[in-house]
Amino acid sequence: MPEATGSEQRHAAGAGLPTLRWSTSVVAELERRASRGYPHEVCGLMIGSQTSNETFVARVTEARNLRTDRLGDRYRLDPEDFLMADADARRDGLDVVGIWHTHPDHPPKPSQTDLESAWEGYSYVILAVRDAGVAGIRSWRIDGPHFREQSIEEAIP
Amino acid sequence: MSKATIRIPTPLRSFTGGAGQIEVEGTTVGQALDVLGRRHDGILERVLDADGRIRGFVNIYLGESDVKTLGGLDAPLTGTAVISIVPAVAGGVR
Repeated sequence: MPEATGSEQRHAAGAGLPTLRWSTSVVAELERRASRGYPHEVCGLMIGSQTSNETFVARVTEARNLRTDRLGDRYRLDPEDFLMADADARRDGLDVVGIWHTHPDHPPKPSQTDLESAWEGYSYVILAVRDAGVAGIRSWRIDGPHFREQSIEEAIP
Repeated sequence: MSKATIRIPTPLRSFTGGAGQIEVEGTTVGQALDVLGRRHDGILERVLDADGRIRGFVNIYLGESDVKTLGGLDAPLTGTAVISIVPAVAGGVR
C-alpha cells in the first residue's frame, strides 16, 4: 500500500484525471450490494462511458468472486461475468469503465494486491464496509506506476 | 478463412485508435490475433508473452468459451466468430 498512499499525498485528488459521475441511485445500489456481502469481499463491474474528463457510470453489475479460499480479503472476478456484462454493455452502446470491490473492515484505499492487478484506463471504486454498513467510497485510477484518487460527483437521481 | 470480430477492452483501445472491436480473418484464434497485432502495433505484447502464450492477466474467449478449454490459440474459427480479450480482474484488502 505505500505506493498508493505516497501518490495520494503528492497529488490533489483528481487533478488531471477524469471525474467519476454517477447517480444517487447507482450509489445506493452499490451500497446495498456491498453491505449484503459483508464480511466477504464483493466485486463487480461499472458500466457506462468514458471520455478524457469524465467516467460516467450508468449502472453496476455484481460478479462472482472466484477466490473462495480467501473471501474475506481477496477477490478474482469471474471472467465469464465480465464477458456477459461486456456483451450487455455493448448492446446498449456502453462499455465496462471500471471495477468496484469492497474492503471489509479496511479503508477504501488500494492495497499492493490491488495495484499489482490493475489496468490503466479503468476506474477502481473501493467501498470500505463494516458491520454497520458502508463507511466510505473512493475511486482510483492507475497513473504510471501508482494509483491516484479520482474525484467523484453524485447527481440526483 | 473465417471472419472474426475481436472485442477490445477499454484499457487496450489506445492501441486501436479508440475502436472497441476490430474485424479480421483467420482460421484460428491465434491467426486472428496475429492480424490484430500487425494492424495495431503494440497491442499483442499486452495479450501474449514473448513465447506467444496468453498472459496470465488476460483471458481470451471464443464466443462464450475460454480458449484454454478449446485447445488454446489453435482453437479453430468457424462461421462468424467473436473473440473477446477479457482482462483478468483481481485484488483485495491485502
